[in-house]
Amino acid sequence: MTELNLLYTDVEDDLRRTVRDLLEDRLDPSAVIAMYDGDRTVVDPLWKAIAQDLGLAGLLIPEAEGGVGASAREAAIVCEELGRAVAPVPFLTSAVVATIAVAGSGQELVADLAAGATTAALAVPFTTAPEGPLPALVATNGALTGTVSSVAGVLEADVLLVPVEESDGLAIYAVPVAGTTVQAVASLDMSRQLADVTLDAAPGTRVRSDAANSVRAALRAGAAMLASEQVGVASWCLAGTVGYLRERRQFGRQVGGFQALKHRLADLYVGVESGTAVARYAAAALAADDSDSQVATAIAASYCGNLAVTAAEEALQLHGGIGMTWEHPVHLYLKRAKTDQLAFGHPGEQRRRLADLVDLPFGSTEAGESQ
Amino acid sequence: MNTETDVADKLSEQVTTFLAEHDPVTTDRIEFLRARFDAGLAWVHFPVGRGGLGLPPGLQPEVDARFAEAGAPDNHPRINVIGLGMAAPTLMAYGTEEQLDTFLRPLWTGEQIWCQLFSEPGAGSDLAAVATRAVRDGDHWVVDGQKVWTSSAQNAQLAILLARTDPDVPKHAGLTYFVCDMTDPGIEVRPLRQITGEAEFNEVFLTGVRIPDSQRLGAVGEGWKVANATLNNERLAIGGGPVPRESGMVGVVAAAWRANPGRRRPDLHGRLMELWVESEAARLTGQRLRQKLAVGQPGPEGAAMKLTFARLAQRLSGLELELLGEEGLRYDDWTLRRPLEVDFLGRGPGYRYLRAKGNSIEGGTSEILLNIVAERVLGLPPEPRVDRDVPFKELAK
Ligand SMILES: Cc1cc2nc3c(=O)[nH]c(=O)nc-3n(C[C@H](O)[C@H](O)[C@H](O)COP(=O)(O)OP(=O)(O)OC[C@H]3O[C@@H](n4cnc5c(N)ncnc54)[C@H](O)[C@@H]3O)c2cc1C
Repeated sequence: MTELNLLYTDVEDDLRRTVRDLLEDRLDPSAVIAMYDGDRTVVDPLWKAIAQDLGLAGLLIPEAEGGVGASAREAAIVCEELGRAVAPVPFLTSAVVATIAVAGSGQELVADLAAGATTAALAVPFTTAPEGPLPALVATNGALTGTVSSVAGVLEADVLLVPVEESDGLAIYAVPVAGTTVQAVASLDMSRQLADVTLDAAPGTRVRSDAANSVRAALRAGAAMLASEQVGVASWCLAGTVGYLRERRQFGRQVGGFQALKHRLADLYVGVESGTAVARYAAAALAADDSDSQVATAIAASYCGNLAVTAAEEALQLHGGIGMTWEHPVHLYLKRAKTDQLAFGHPGEQRRRLADLVDLPFGSTEAGESQ
Repeated sequence: MNTETDVADKLSEQVTTFLAEHDPVTTDRIEFLRARFDAGLAWVHFPVGRGGLGLPPGLQPEVDARFAEAGAPDNHPRINVIGLGMAAPTLMAYGTEEQLDTFLRPLWTGEQIWCQLFSEPGAGSDLAAVATRAVRDGDHWVVDGQKVWTSSAQNAQLAILLARTDPDVPKHAGLTYFVCDMTDPGIEVRPLRQITGEAEFNEVFLTGVRIPDSQRLGAVGEGWKVANATLNNERLAIGGGPVPRESGMVGVVAAAWRANPGRRRPDLHGRLMELWVESEAARLTGQRLRQKLAVGQPGPEGAAMKLTFARLAQRLSGLELELLGEEGLRYDDWTLRRPLEVDFLGRGPGYRYLRAKGNSIEGGTSEILLNIVAERVLGLPPEPRVDRDVPFKELAK
């Protein structure tokens, strides 16, 4: 058995550099802070630059279908960098989740997604776990009706991908967002603002039938890639706090020189290293279509979901009073981390799924009791 | 000889008489509160003539309950947390008779709101490093400097102020403690927005602020000692008063659990019960501490209480969001406001989660409190201090 490579390749490092340069150049934290007051002007141009100019919208789409033909390994790099910058772009929701839901369907939509000409969102609550329940919408002669709450990425999307349970199995309908009612929700994380969507006989096109596996695979990929985003969030928190405590002086000393704090930061470093390992493993396993991929995703989602929250909470605390201010970006990371912890299945749900996969059932009977 | 019950009975009678003589419904609110103060029923553990009756503090909750039952107006305790919890006990310990006459009654009635001008950009954990200067000018002091993170400065008429009166001596020795008039024209208050969206705290700029020497609390150069009395009380105030089971944050989470059977999971339940037990342990520790402190000024023990309170508030509010799921990801309102009080229970779960982060920073960070417990309670050797014996003006900035 050959081991999966958990390091970053040169090509991946180049991709990281490209994304990071763009974000450093084009995204000031103050623009993300402004989103909390409803100013979303930063989103469209930034997403266009990432999706079209860098061509990252089509990263996961095969070249034959107009995409880049890269793998989850590269997508994970992008997610890490977006997390590190709390970037308010729909890469995860459109270029990962929605894209995987329709990839290989041969639809024109796929080429549009690949080109970054269309942005899509899967119509499920952001908290939906890979094996979790899907919202119940009905399609009657191509007209869809129902409500989906707390959808991520819909405010940036042109097309909504709606899973519908039909007599012949789960189907996915593409519905123009313009034909639906989108109610933006004041969200804990305004850099990925959620919205409630209501469809009232909204015209849609069936783009995939027998879609259960595609939808589950899309959600699993979402969970796996989210873990890399969480690693990015945690890395920023670690680096930013180390930097601050090197500069900050109290008691005539650099505050970072107090052993109690050094140990806290060293602990956080250990966590970020572990998070990087499990997130890389999930990405590599997904890219290789490895048989351990589901286990890898559940491990990464469970570990990194908590890691990012811990890192952001530590960062805030160790910044002292300035960490509680609106002007300092640390709160953006806390709000992103806490929201991400609940996305695509809370770590508790991930562990529950993992318990099944690795045969560590909760109950005393053989099967079906695991919690 | 008075037994405890006799004292309690007599106090209860005094309340009855007071309520009979001052109709809580028809009497003007401030008149009512002033009369209650004068009758010694404001804080019974304060001395006679100072709003109290010199009784054990444990008798106060019953008095408050009686007044509440009668529909009496309260003194908006949550709006004047710093006045009631910190300034008042410090005044009691260090104030002159004249200062007590001037400040205590309007403080208790809420006619005067207080804030705390301690922290500065360069002096947070290292509070003894405050650089705001107070220079003597006849029977006044002239104060120049900048304070930061000042909660309620926008509502306050008075402040407790720590300022440097002698930069030629080591930092702890050159501080003096004042009562500062927030309406002085030399005071400028600028709101600072917080991660919750609100501007609860402020920057305060002091330019040529004149403070009469009669508003100095304690001796010149004794500011550090006086400030520590304030901080010990602050930590106790933040650590909480007498409370029934499932009050505060644990009550909120318990209610959310009971209301959401569909969201229950074993992992969340395990955490809930763990935190529930820890909340009870904290509540009972608080009860013990209050019984121990029946008289006198609190020492560093309050630090332990405040540590626990902050940790629990943070872990419980985090759990609340997680167990609410989707609903936890919604935020009630990001609008910039300048609130009168911290409304933990009236706001949404996201606010609670974010605001609780401040609990381990305000009033001394948890790291500093751990140092205090380790050094002052356990007697462990202190951190090496490079700046203890160096004149303030020679310290590197
Ligand atoms: C919500 C809120 C309300 C506040 N209200 C007021 C107010 O009304 N009036 C007022 O005067 N102040 C107020 N403060 C200020 C508060 O007291 C200070 O923020 C606090 O003392 C920390 O100081 P700092 O912010 O400068 O952090 P720093 O002192 O710079 O600390 C940064 C980090 O280093 C850690 N650290 C520092 N020294 C050590 C050490 N020796 N060992 C280990 N760790 C260390 C700290 O714990 C912290 O994590 C408020 C703060 C908040 C958050």
